[in-house]
Amino acid sequence: MSRLLAIPALLFALFWGTSAGAQAVELTLWHAYRGQERTTLERLLTQYDNAHPEITVVSRAIPYDGYITKLEAAIPRGNGPDLFIAAHERLSDWARMELVQPTATDPKNTAKGLHLSTLRALLVDKTIYGLPLAYKCLALFYDPSRIPNPPQTTDELLAFARQHSGPTQYGLAYSATEPYFHAPWMHGFGGGVFKDDTVSLDNSGNRESLRFAKELLDEGLIPDEPTAALVTQLFNEGSTPMVINGPWFLGEIDPGTEFAVAPLPRVTATGKHAAPYITVEAIQVSPLSAQAPDAWALARWLVAKEQALVRAMEGRQNVATLAAVEDARVSQDPVLSAFASQLEHAIPLPNRSEMGKTWEPMARAIRRVMRGAITPADALRQAQNEYSVLARPPPPKADPLPWIIIVVFTILALMKGAYDWARKHRQEIVAWRHAYTWILPATVAMAVLVIAPFTVGAAVSLLAHNNGEWTFVGWSNFLDILFARDWPLSSPLSFWFTLAVTMLWTGANVVLHVSLGMALAMVLRAPWLRMRGVYRVLLILPWAIPNYITALIWKGMFHRQFGAINGVLGWLGVEPVSWFSQFSTAFTANLVTNTWLGFPFMMVVTLGALQAIPQDLEEAAAIDGANRWQRFRHVVWPLLRPALLPAVILGSIWTFNMFNIIYLVSAGEPDGSTEILISEAYRWAFTRGHRYGYAAAYAVLIFGVLVVYGRITDRILARKTT
Amino acid sequence: MTQPSTVRVVLTHVGLILISAIVLYPVLWVLGMALTDSQAFSMNPNPIPTEPTLANFAAVMGTEDAHGGWLFGRQLLNSLIVAGCTSLVGISLATTAGYAMSRWSFPGRDAGLRVFLITQMFPGVVMAIPLYILLDELGLLDSLLGLSFVYATTAIPFCTWNMKGYFDTIPIELEEAARMDGASRWTTFWQIVLPLSKPALVVTGLFSFMTAWNEFILAATFMNDERAFTLPVVLQSYVGDYNTEWGRFAAGAVLVSIPVMALFFALQKHLVAGLTAGSVKG
Repeated sequence: MSRLLAIPALLFALFWGTSAGAQAVELTLWHAYRGQERTTLERLLTQYDNAHPEITVVSRAIPYDGYITKLEAAIPRGNGPDLFIAAHERLSDWARMELVQPTATDPKNTAKGLHLSTLRALLVDKTIYGLPLAYKCLALFYDPSRIPNPPQTTDELLAFARQHSGPTQYGLAYSATEPYFHAPWMHGFGGGVFKDDTVSLDNSGNRESLRFAKELLDEGLIPDEPTAALVTQLFNEGSTPMVINGPWFLGEIDPGTEFAVAPLPRVTATGKHAAPYITVEAIQVSPLSAQAPDAWALARWLVAKEQALVRAMEGRQNVATLAAVEDARVSQDPVLSAFASQLEHAIPLPNRSEMGKTWEPMARAIRRVMRGAITPADALRQAQNEYSVLARPPPPKADPLPWIIIVVFTILALMKGAYDWARKHRQEIVAWRHAYTWILPATVAMAVLVIAPFTVGAAVSLLAHNNGEWTFVGWSNFLDILFARDWPLSSPLSFWFTLAVTMLWTGANVVLHVSLGMALAMVLRAPWLRMRGVYRVLLILPWAIPNYITALIWKGMFHRQFGAINGVLGWLGVEPVSWFSQFSTAFTANLVTNTWLGFPFMMVVTLGALQAIPQDLEEAAAIDGANRWQRFRHVVWPLLRPALLPAVILGSIWTFNMFNIIYLVSAGEPDGSTEILISEAYRWAFTRGHRYGYAAAYAVLIFGVLVVYGRITDRILARKTT
Repeated sequence: MTQPSTVRVVLTHVGLILISAIVLYPVLWVLGMALTDSQAFSMNPNPIPTEPTLANFAAVMGTEDAHGGWLFGRQLLNSLIVAGCTSLVGISLATTAGYAMSRWSFPGRDAGLRVFLITQMFPGVVMAIPLYILLDELGLLDSLLGLSFVYATTAIPFCTWNMKGYFDTIPIELEEAARMDGASRWTTFWQIVLPLSKPALVVTGLFSFMTAWNEFILAATFMNDERAFTLPVVLQSYVGDYNTEWGRFAAGAVLVSIPVMALFFALQKHLVAGLTAGSVKG
């Protein structure tokens, strides 16, 4: 077996070339930087590599989207890097999962000379992990030609904003419905997420902050549905003179647009600073690194003054090294110094795992208030309730022994069943042995690469993951989900509600995809039609382009104020629709997008299947006087159906699990009601405090629902064919 | 078939042009963003760029690896290798399995078909980490071959069902005649059945190709070295924690879809050819 595996490995090695000699120490560093941050980091690493002949530094830029999953998968299995750079958000989980080393293990423990707020961000249970390289936080971007002096207080901010607001002008723009962007107001009004180390969302400061944000919207000072894309667009067009955004915004401002950066103002009512969260990008050393002292030396070198200056000036990073921040080059840089003074009035984003469970309830509360659906007090009370459900301690530990017995017994029973079956059909099996050899390769591949991983993944549903720790809990996850223990059945968070939405979603999509795809295929095969090839290629475009971007374009088209669809509707005399504030319209938006994406597949399959249907049959029917519909219904359809059926069944299964569209277009709005089961599972796994066990239970239930669906379609088919 | 009236021809074209316009509008938007020298996501309803430039295309295609090699070219090659291997593996496993399931009613056939279908019901969320561990144990992590195998198995069920559905429509008499003349099962399959199955092979191949061509989550999880990345992973690397370089992403999206369109344009002649039906059925 190992020799067999060595062949691809050898080919691989030949193909890609092997790296480094045997004696040298190889340090691998993973990061998710892009653009100038990346080039600067890589240049520094090359410099280090050249200066230390005994050390080879290998840096890997990994796409952000899979970065965290990859770290969590690779490090425990020993495939991870020696060092990695990551935001500190999940640090307390990582400390428990042993993905990171305490800074105290650094032989020359040098946390000194680094900004205190950034170090505080890396603190878990009185231990610091990693070293802070840089930080990111929000600040005020403004157009100095219209705002000569940045506002010092929120009263000034309001005055400036009123002065510059008009029908298509907004005094201020920021992603007001995102909790991360709302946080500065929360802190400025004296609120916050934690009180004495416990999550407490319903407090007067938070209520005031919501009232403040709602007033901004009601007065027309900020735009409606303020997505990040819209904020950028407004600033670049000169439709807004003030924007609250982070350092990443610098890359989105059109060249030639005048701008300046200043710290956020004080809140007039309290005199407190509107304090944004600080996210610290820290360099971490893996506990499994075989050359930890060398890794720490590299980490120390990267945060040292000279390198910090290079990262600040060339990589445009906001560095945490005090000596570099005090250096004239940084302190006289208008942008870097503005962020440095914002850092003095900013709060390290709590790295506790509880924090991860507050985003969704808070986002929902903000959106409800902004829609005018509810008062700030009620919204926050509900948010606190939702949080307490998300943060409910994992189910009690269960004894795995009965489960082990059940599993062993099931395996034995299955083996016995297979043996009996084989004995019963012995002669047939022998007679058909050639058939088995024909299906063997596909079956083996499926068993190894699909069924085995799924079984392992499904087994996770018997565990609970909380704050980086796993416990065996047996049935509990399933019981909680199925009996909607935490929510009324009619709540969008309940399994049954989401199941109903998912079924509606699947049914509506399949009908539209098939009818549209089939109709177009019928038209596009007509031999008299000129330019058939051109139409065919144009119409498969939605299938060919990665849907990540087209889904977001559709979302933009559904924007209430600036979207093309309301533009067309307005031209037809229809009032603008606020697409994502009602279930029916938000669902329609998802459906339209997915139909646009999905019909080409059905069209191609139908075109292929139609080739098996001789046109002379239809001609004969036409001569016999059948009209077009009759010819389709009685000649084409019966022949098309068997070929189309697998496509329809599979299409419905894929639609059932169509995550991207829901996640990117409606994102569950309003209030999570347009979520489908798979996007709920995703949320449990990644945005609600990493409850992997619960998410796996969702996945198993999705599988169960689809198996039932499969049985039902089988029955229907059997009835129709007999 | 008889020539339709002029009115019908005109109406059909008007309808098709209208649908094409709706289909094209978001696509033009992607193109517009790709051709604009800005990394912001355009909300402008007019997708035609005011000052078109190829800067984004140059930035996406001009990447270099640490040794000064042409990184984008290598990644394009990776994508072609992976998608090609996936199609090849997918088609060969699926046609044999599909043929067996279409022609021979051996014990366990229906159950097998159903199991193939059932595997499509596995939600991908729970598979990534177990697959990672599996590929790690098999030593296929960070290898294009391992990635192709994973993609091929995700495509096999559809391909098998599709091929079986098509084989079902081919009359068995031809094969029986060939078998009488002493041809082996394999020869019959290879020389008689497969040439008759071109439209289905085209759809099946296209489907497996697309499965591999657009996937990025598994690829990003299994591959470490940038030089082993496939294009969708490269594309996804323009999406960051806080923001996305939309201009480059759009340019990449256009580049990624060109080969698919070219492939479809080339293959669609086979979809139109209609060579099988008339000659076989009577």
